[in-house]
Amino acid sequence: MDYIKELAFIVIGAILINNFVLSRFLGICPFLGVSRKVSTAMGMGMAVTFVMAMASLITYIVQYAILEPLGIDYMQTIAFILVIASLVQLVEMVIRKASPGLYQALGVYLPLITTNCAVLGVTILNIQEEYDLLQTVLHGIGAAIGFTLAIVLLAGIRERLDRADVPKAMQGFPITLIVAGLMAVAFLGFQGLIG
Amino acid sequence: MFSEIWIPIAGLGGLGLLFGLGLAIASKKLAVQVDEKEEALKALMPGANCGGCGYPGCEGYAAALAKGEADPSLCPVGGPVLMEQIAEILGVEAEAGESKVALVRCHGTRDLAKDKYNYHGIEDCFAASLFQEGAKACAYGCLGLGTCVRACPFDAIHVNEDGVAVVEEDKCTGCSKCADACPKHLIDMVPKDLPVTVLCHSEAKGKAVKQICDVGCIGCSLCAKVCPVDAIEMKTNLPVIDSEKCIGCMLCAEKCPTNSIAADLENRKKAVVRPDDCIGCTVCKKACVFDAIEGERKEPHTVIAEKCTGCGQCVEKCPKDAIDLI
Repeated sequence: MDYIKELAFIVIGAILINNFVLSRFLGICPFLGVSRKVSTAMGMGMAVTFVMAMASLITYIVQYAILEPLGIDYMQTIAFILVIASLVQLVEMVIRKASPGLYQALGVYLPLITTNCAVLGVTILNIQEEYDLLQTVLHGIGAAIGFTLAIVLLAGIRERLDRADVPKAMQGFPITLIVAGLMAVAFLGFQGLIG
Repeated sequence: MFSEIWIPIAGLGGLGLLFGLGLAIASKKLAVQVDEKEEALKALMPGANCGGCGYPGCEGYAAALAKGEADPSLCPVGGPVLMEQIAEILGVEAEAGESKVALVRCHGTRDLAKDKYNYHGIEDCFAASLFQEGAKACAYGCLGLGTCVRACPFDAIHVNEDGVAVVEEDKCTGCSKCADACPKHLIDMVPKDLPVTVLCHSEAKGKAVKQICDVGCIGCSLCAKVCPVDAIEMKTNLPVIDSEKCIGCMLCAEKCPTNSIAADLENRKKAVVRPDDCIGCTVCKKACVFDAIEGERKEPHTVIAEKCTGCGQCVEKCPKDAIDLI
């Protein structure tokens, strides 16, 4: 029972309390770049979810099956980036084949998942927190759901902002940054969720 | 000692090789056929990404072209040359698009148009226009702080030393970025090589214009009255020239009391009939709205130089091509 409880804490913690975008401040580039429309934000979120879950799984195997036995865990960052880059390439191919519309909409941000620090962040955190395989994958999925939640929320707000009477100097990125900041403050409220 | 080097190399190299192989297989399996036409079109695009065609960048235009949704003549940067190349790839007939250039509808330079206050502020027309419509006494005039200059991706518009923006027609591609940037909305996109252009944007009444600008249109409508083909219509105290009707006689520019209609009067041409080729059909005589051609039927005609405005109507009408514009 305790183990299941722990798993639930990891997922909820990754989604709400330690939200990767709003409280760890990782993955800000796609957060601001692809949050213009809810539909593309959702697509980006899905792509990141897939990459994060797969990256968590594979980096776990790479860490404990290759790096540690060989005693080269100081190569962690390079090896993990290698994994993530290959995964993103794969995801790009799959999306291009399966959904050209989504491919067009994600545009330059799709390859940018490679350099999305949230993905590298989640894989390294998995190792640091000494999670086991199930925890690792759940943490990856939770972090990605948190990312999707944040980006879709922001996209929803930005869609409304387009029709709002924003002062000229505040239009575009300034107001988006203010909104993102307020969202981060709001998410701070989840800090005491699990006491 | 040695193993400290080769283990990481072999480990990471092996990983890389593994992923590389995986990707190579995946790329074969998941290969997507790319439209060859679209690729070729993309390569042709000027890459200015100015948006002048109305599509999101050159790539968007290429994609729309490949789908057959876009007209080949839309790219203002590539012009007719690009249009032909596009048409060749698409296998369609190219229709000559009208190439447009930007025109700054103000020539009220510092010495001709008065200022109402001294402006010491941000070098930007938007900023300046926030306070009492800008420093220029004329609320419609060019502020000359270069907002259009900064908007131009082709370095084709500059503020001259007298404080008015001027377009270099050779460099202008007609992308209309400057027109969008101007807070006074006094830059218009007009067809290239217009014989006459109205260089004033003031909708104010004649007296008010006269007090503040020496070259502003006072709305006297003399140009509209003098136009032989009724191509000029007065709208909100300004003449509007219908470029389809205009024959380029430049009479309006000649008559304008405030010189607010620009025309190349110095290089004005005269029609000359070659007597050897003229068969005396009188077509030119009828075509001339100025009665500047005389001559009897079956006799070679002559042009009365004083009356001829060089509009070239007779040249177009002559069935024997016996009239030259010199």
